[in-house]
Amino acid sequence: MDDLFVKVTTKMILPFIQIYGIYVIIHGHLSPGGGFSGGAIFAASIVLYTLAYGLHKGQKRMPHSISSKVETGGILFYIGIGFVGILAGYPFLTNKAAGFPMGELGKVMSAGLIPMVTVAIGLKVMSTIVTLFHTMLEED
Amino acid sequence: MKLDLSLIANNINYIGAMVLFIIGLYTVLTHSNLIKKIIGINIMETSIFLFFVSIGYVKGAVAPILDPSTGEKIFVNPLPAAMILTGIVVAVSITAFSLSIIIKIHEAYGTIELDEIMKIRSVEVDE
Amino acid sequence: MNKLFTFLVLGGLLVVLLASISELPPMGEMDNPSYNEIANYYIDNSAEDTGSTNIIAAIITDYRAFDTLGETTVLFTGIAAVVSLIGVTHHKDKKKEEENHG
Repeated sequence: MDDLFVKVTTKMILPFIQIYGIYVIIHGHLSPGGGFSGGAIFAASIVLYTLAYGLHKGQKRMPHSISSKVETGGILFYIGIGFVGILAGYPFLTNKAAGFPMGELGKVMSAGLIPMVTVAIGLKVMSTIVTLFHTMLEED
Repeated sequence: MKLDLSLIANNINYIGAMVLFIIGLYTVLTHSNLIKKIIGINIMETSIFLFFVSIGYVKGAVAPILDPSTGEKIFVNPLPAAMILTGIVVAVSITAFSLSIIIKIHEAYGTIELDEIMKIRSVEVDE
Repeated sequence: MNKLFTFLVLGGLLVVLLASISELPPMGEMDNPSYNEIANYYIDNSAEDTGSTNIIAAIITDYRAFDTLGETTVLFTGIAAVVSLIGVTHHKDKKKEEENHG
């Protein structure tokens, strides 16, 4: 759609939505939120850009090749973290006994396995929503 | 069956979940547009999530986030909320897949009203 | 006639559902059967075992991380079904022709 108000407002507000989404993903083990809601907030910013500027510019910003690689990379990262526990001699996906660094309670870099798993889930959910939207619009 | 006002005010979550379920079921059964049926299924799923999470409610308790500075508090039951996170993702997946099936139906028949689709299909079989 | 029948059946279902509220335990009490020793174990021991202050995040990413892996598989299967049904093909030749002509 060709509306001047929508285009200017989208260009001004887009970085704040993305920073808020990244904040919710990174602080997933300290405050409410986590991987799923942070990924959905980050994907909403790219869907807003596609709605305001048209499908061609939206696909140039996030092409199909990059989003499919991010999605498969997220799942492989999750499984790779699980295999670290097997290499140390413990069951799949162990946290404290397999040697992940635990920090202090309440800091961002703490709790071993949990921030990495949260980032993997956030990337996966974000690429799923963006790929769904572009696929349904591109058909025809 | 004594109907006093405190019985309704205490269990308002359960009553709201059941009323939403009936509204969603009425929407699926009555309208003939296919997209309205998908919206009715979403309303039914929302009512089940509300019923499940409000099982773990405790009066006068706080959200389950530990605070290392203050002392012991009473927390809400965290287990039903952790189970519903998986259910929400399954609901989103089913909605996305059924919407893509509706796109294919619109390509094949040219309409998305259920009455007209059944009329087209019955004319094809008779001839 | 059809609508009256629908209303009667749905109204009967609503009365049956609302009458079962008296069989449930009262909402919001501490001694419900659903607040048992599993929830107490998670609340007491999650700070030392995992080191995170969000109890729900510790449950779904540390104690029950395998269920979260199954759920990301459900997301992946959903989007694989959508993309295979709609059939996205990429016309790389057409795009290069447009760039040369335009």
